[in-house]
Amino acid sequence: MSNNEKIAGFVGKKALRLTSLLIVVCFASFMLIQCSPIDPVRAYIGEMPVTAEHKAKLEAYWGVNTPPQDKFLNWAGDILKGDFGTSLIFRIPVIDVIKERFTASLVLMGVSWLFSGILGFVLGIIAGAKQGTWVDKAIKTYCYALAAAPTFWLALVLLMVFSVYLGWFPIGLSVPIGVTADDVTFFDWFKRLILPALTLSLLDIAKITMFTREKLIEVLSSDYVLFAKARGEKGLDLVLRHGIRNVALPAITLQFLGFSELFGGTVLVEQVFSYPGIGQAAVAAGLRSDVPLLLGIVIFSALFVFFGNLIADIIYEFVDPRIKQQEASV
Amino acid sequence: MGNKAEINPEKELNTEKELITGLGTTSGNMKKTEALLKVEDLSLSFTQYESGLRQTELKVISNLSIQAYKGEILAIVGSSGSGKSLLAHSILGILPSNAKLDGRIEYNGAELTQERKEEMRGKEIALIPQAITYLDPLMKISNQVIGCVEKKNEGLMKKLQREIFQRYTLKPEVERMFPHELSGGMTRRVLVSTAVISSSKLIIADEPTPGLDEKTLNETLSYFKDMADKGCAVILITHDIEAALKISHKIAVFYAGTVLEVANVEDFKNNGENLRHPYTRALWNALPQNKFQAIKGHQPMQDEVIDGCIFYERCSRKKALCAQGLPQLKQVNGGMVRCNNAS
Repeated sequence: MSNNEKIAGFVGKKALRLTSLLIVVCFASFMLIQCSPIDPVRAYIGEMPVTAEHKAKLEAYWGVNTPPQDKFLNWAGDILKGDFGTSLIFRIPVIDVIKERFTASLVLMGVSWLFSGILGFVLGIIAGAKQGTWVDKAIKTYCYALAAAPTFWLALVLLMVFSVYLGWFPIGLSVPIGVTADDVTFFDWFKRLILPALTLSLLDIAKITMFTREKLIEVLSSDYVLFAKARGEKGLDLVLRHGIRNVALPAITLQFLGFSELFGGTVLVEQVFSYPGIGQAAVAAGLRSDVPLLLGIVIFSALFVFFGNLIADIIYEFVDPRIKQQEASV
Repeated sequence: MGNKAEINPEKELNTEKELITGLGTTSGNMKKTEALLKVEDLSLSFTQYESGLRQTELKVISNLSIQAYKGEILAIVGSSGSGKSLLAHSILGILPSNAKLDGRIEYNGAELTQERKEEMRGKEIALIPQAITYLDPLMKISNQVIGCVEKKNEGLMKKLQREIFQRYTLKPEVERMFPHELSGGMTRRVLVSTAVISSSKLIIADEPTPGLDEKTLNETLSYFKDMADKGCAVILITHDIEAALKISHKIAVFYAGTVLEVANVEDFKNNGENLRHPYTRALWNALPQNKFQAIKGHQPMQDEVIDGCIFYERCSRKKALCAQGLPQLKQVNGGMVRCNNAS
C-alpha cells in the first residue's frame, strides 16, 4: 500500500467519522433540549410583564408549537448554511460569541495543556528513573492527592490563598474592570491567566506524570535497556537515550487524548475565576435557556475533542515508525 | 562523562587493521595458559516474596565453575531453564536487584567485582544478545551499533561501523533502518556487529542461533570462529549441541544451574564413548542423527531441594552414594565432570 493511498484512506475514514459524529451530536443534543424544561420564550421575555395574548404571539413568532422534527430540520438546515442563530443573552450571532469565547478559552487551555504536559512528563521521568526512592514516593503522593481533588475545590483554594490572602493575583476576569480594551496591557491579561491556567494544569499533571512514570519503568526493565547496560551505558545517559525516546510518543498521544477532560475542566475553572471563556458561556447558556448558543457550543466542543483525538491518531499512525512498517507489510 | 566508552583512536585503528587483515588466520600464536575468565563456585539466588511477606530464596545457579581462554570457544549447552542466560548476566553484572551472587569471578587475573564489571562491560566484555528485542525499537541501527560514545569519536566510530557492516555484507541502507525492518539473518549480523565494534576480549553470545536456516546458522557460527581466531575468548551459550560442536573447543554441559561436565569437542567423536557424564551422553544420543532417544523425566525445578546428585532421578547408573551429596567437580581425562561413576 503506497503512502498516498494510506493517507487518502485515513482522511476518508476520519471524514466519515466526523460527519457521523456531528449528526449524532446535533440530533442527540437537540432532542435533549427538546425534552428539557428549558423555555426560550420565557428566557427572552425575562422579567418583563407580558399578557397571555402577547406571549402567544411571541410563541407563534418563535415557532414553539411547530413539531419537533420540523424544528430540528429547520435548525439543522440553517447550521449547514453556517447560520447558528442569534444568542438570546448576548443578542449577537452565536458564531461571534463562540469565536470570541473560544479564543479566550483556547489560550487558557493551550497554556495549561503545554504546562501540564511538559511538567508532567519531566516529573514522570524523574519518578520513573528514581523508582522506589523518596523522590518517587513524593511525586507519587503528590499525584494521588491531586487526582483526588475536585477541580472547583482546587480552584477555590488557589483563589483564596493567592488572590484573597496573599493578593498576588486578581480575583477574576480576564482583563481589569473599567479599562477600555485598548488600554489593557499584556501583563494585565497575563496576570489574570496564571491562576486559572495553573488550576487547570495541576489536575492534568497527575495523569501524565503517572503515565510517564509507568511507561518509563516498563522501558527500563526491557531487554534493550538491559543490553544497553551490558554495553556500558548507565545513569542519566541511559534514561535520556532510551527512556525519553520510547516514552515521549505515547505520552504526547495521551496528552492529545486528554482534550475532553481539558474542556470539562475549563467549564469549572472559568466559572470559579469568572474567566470569560467558552465554558462560562456554556454554563450561562444552560442556566438562562439560550438554546442556540448552547447547541452551538456543543457542536464546537465536540469538534474540539474530535481534533484532539485526530491528532493523537495521526501521531500514532504516521509518526511511529513501527506502525508504518506494520501497515506496509499487511 | 565517565560512563561513555572511551576510545583511544590509535588503538582503535590498530584493531581495525587487525580485523581486516586477520580474517580467519592467526590462531597459533595465542597463549592458552592463563584463563581470561575464571568462574569459581558461583551461586546465584533470587529473593522472592511468597504468599504475603514470607521470603524465600530461589537458587538458580549453584557451585558453578567454568573457564574461558583466549582464542577458544567455550560452548555452554543446556536445556531451557538451566540458568544459562543468568550466567551471562552475572558475568556482566546486569542481574536484577533481588539477585544474590556468591562465589568468585576473575577476569584477566583480577577479581571481577560489580564496579569492575560496570567498567569492563561494553569495553572488555561484550554480550551478543539473543533476539531483536534487545535493540531499541525506535533507534536507527547505526546509532545502536555505535552505542553511546563521545562526540569527538563519532566520526571514527561511524567509519568503523561502515567497515564492519561491509565485512558482514550488510547494505549501507541498513544503517538507517529500525530494528523491526531487519530480517532474521540481518538481525544476527547487526547484533554481532555491536560486539565487534567494541573490540572486546571476552564475547558472550547468548543463544545466537535459534530459528536460523542452515546457511545463516553456519554464517553466524563462522563469525564467532573469526573472533576466537583473532584472540578473543568466546562463550557461546546455546541449547543447540550440534551447532556448538561445529565450532567450539570445549563444551560445558549445564543442568539445573550447574555444570555437569566440561568436555573437549573430540570427546564427542566415536559415538561419544569418551563422554564422562551420563547426561552428556543422553544429550548426544537424543540427536536425530544419533540414536534419537530422549531420556525420561525432566530437569529438577529450581525450588526443589535435592540432597544428592542433581541428575540422580534420571540417571541409569545411579548408586547409593549418588543420593548423598552433590558429587565434586573433578578432572577426568582432560575434562571436568561431576559424577561419582566417572574415572
